[in-house]
Amino acid sequence: MIGAEMMVKALENENVKYVFGYPGVSICPFFDKLIESEIKPVLVRTEQASAHCASGYARAASTVGVCVASSGPGATNLITGIATAFADSIPMVVITGQVKSEQIGSDMFQEADITGACESFVKYSYLIKKTSDIPRVFREAFYIANSGRKGPVLIDIPVDIQLSDGGEFFYPEKVSLRTYKPTYKGHSVQIKKVITTLETAKRPILCVGGGVISSGAQKEVISFAEKYSIPIVSTMMGIGVCRSDNPLYIGMVGNNGRKYANKAMNESDVLIMVGARVADRAVKQPDLITQNKILIHIDIDPAEIGKNAGPSIPIVGDAKNVFADLNKLECSADFTDWLNILKGYTKTRELSEQESTDKFINPRTFVSKLSEKLSEKAIYVSDVGQNQIYSCANYVAKNGKFLTSGGMGTMGYSIPAAIGAKFGKRNREVVAVCGDGSFQMFMNELATIKYNHLDIKIIVMNNNNLGMIKQYQHEFYANRYTMYDLGDYPKLEDIAAAYEMKYVRALNMDELDGKLNEALSSEGPVIFEVKVDPDAFMVS
Amino acid sequence: MKRVYSVWVENRSGVLSKVAGLFSRRSFNIDSLTVGETQDPTISSMTITSSGTGRDMEQIEKQLNKKLDVIKVRTFPEEDAILREVILLKIKYGRNDRREIMEICEVLKADIVDASSTHLIIHMCDTPEKISKLLEMLHKFNIVEVSRTGTLAMLKCSDGDN
Repeated sequence: MIGAEMMVKALENENVKYVFGYPGVSICPFFDKLIESEIKPVLVRTEQASAHCASGYARAASTVGVCVASSGPGATNLITGIATAFADSIPMVVITGQVKSEQIGSDMFQEADITGACESFVKYSYLIKKTSDIPRVFREAFYIANSGRKGPVLIDIPVDIQLSDGGEFFYPEKVSLRTYKPTYKGHSVQIKKVITTLETAKRPILCVGGGVISSGAQKEVISFAEKYSIPIVSTMMGIGVCRSDNPLYIGMVGNNGRKYANKAMNESDVLIMVGARVADRAVKQPDLITQNKILIHIDIDPAEIGKNAGPSIPIVGDAKNVFADLNKLECSADFTDWLNILKGYTKTRELSEQESTDKFINPRTFVSKLSEKLSEKAIYVSDVGQNQIYSCANYVAKNGKFLTSGGMGTMGYSIPAAIGAKFGKRNREVVAVCGDGSFQMFMNELATIKYNHLDIKIIVMNNNNLGMIKQYQHEFYANRYTMYDLGDYPKLEDIAAAYEMKYVRALNMDELDGKLNEALSSEGPVIFEVKVDPDAFMVS
Repeated sequence: MKRVYSVWVENRSGVLSKVAGLFSRRSFNIDSLTVGETQDPTISSMTITSSGTGRDMEQIEKQLNKKLDVIKVRTFPEEDAILREVILLKIKYGRNDRREIMEICEVLKADIVDASSTHLIIHMCDTPEKISKLLEMLHKFNIVEVSRTGTLAMLKCSDGDN
């Protein structure tokens, strides 16, 4: 069997349903053999989008996403997408074609050292040198990507390897890697320490990160918190772990989070961090966090523990396992009083937030209205910029998913990730919420949406500028504004017409409800333009 | 604070650059680095000496362990290990220097391993401190070329060893 057939067979063995990609000479043998397979290739409009599609797919379907590109510029275009997935620990297998084996290193046409270039943003990478290695490498790549701390794995395959015979196809059942054995079970002594710490605690807080979603541990984590009435805050990547209407939920922490959520975290005496990096965006001055509190840090990646803050009780393990074990233990702690104090903070805050303008749409009200109207299991994909902060702070979480580029903050993520998410969950409502800046980074993918008949609602919070930059220049550069003005282009109505999509626009609060209903209830893709005040700055 | 990392890695192409890349990407220092095959030809041994804060040292070990090509990381403070370096020095000498150079070599137990009527090559294998001492003492002569290895390290023997 030739290499290209082996690649397809390997993907079939991994139950891959879709590959997102873009062709080129060095990957043509693979796409040629894919014609005979049930696996559906999805042609995007630029390679970076294929990586974001794979990421959105992986997050929506809770499996490994696959993207494929050619050598040289095809491969280098993927890099931002790979780095974005790496920063958020998203399981992905990235396949790139490469020039002929004997030409590697001679600067051939469309040659790029992609394994070298991606070294610091992949979990692992392979450059295949023997056709018969393909089944083993694919088996290992899927295993590595989707176990331990998940992440992207890159497989670079020279075109001659794809075309040459590799003998009989045998897909290994087991992976044996002497250097890779993730720890899933938490240490029992450490787990007991958590319970004894809770017994003497007065103001504990549970901070949930993206690791809880990645581990599928929502149920275990929430029931642990409910058992003792421990208030819950989340990082940006942890949005959606807890329903917004859960009485324990306080909100998102961090420099763009809710003030009262940060206050709650600061005032706590025991902080349980789970599946979160304790990075600067979530925790101001992480190194000082242990000064007045006991930090319990639970993560599957031992290197995260102690990286930014020295924990008092470190637990290395998979959140699902650790919390299942924690739930087996008993103690008499109950923190209802502490929870009530925190609920008092949130109430005063909500009252002062009822500000609005009649000329524009208030983005905070908009996000909460939108997410309330969405169906129970809808997938909300947020982009990067002011819109992300509005989305994160005001999103009403139900049983759906909230996807965003948390670690890397990659503008343009929402449209391609929403495409991937829609392929991952065909029956769910999917919305991509972006700003006019991020929309323009990937509006070429509207063609992919239309061509594949994907029912995705694209919401553009349009303020005709790069609001985040403008706000930053307002705060830190004494209002010396530059490089932020996007002008009133493109005309989104014309863009919608060009892609034969329905276009809806809301200009002010009076018409918001009606227009929102119209946009959400229309069949097929819609571009919904929401006019936002260009001079508004966000307050968290 | 200086520490020695004795790292066993898969003997594959590209592994050295992955490990070296890890240090540069996370801005950890490498004071010296040596690589060679072990008794098992599928395993290479890397000896890295590094300096930094306590947290850096802990992170280096954890990040090394996270690399999928790393089989085993052992780390110890310099004083717990036997350390060796090798140096080769080529010196252009004159009639008046020759005797003094030979005396220095004798005192520090360095060998003259090659010579011509104008040049000689000195070889020494010793602790990093001794090697630096040799360099310091020969500094005033006309050193034409220096080639020095990184530090090799092995944890000192103890009665509890397997």
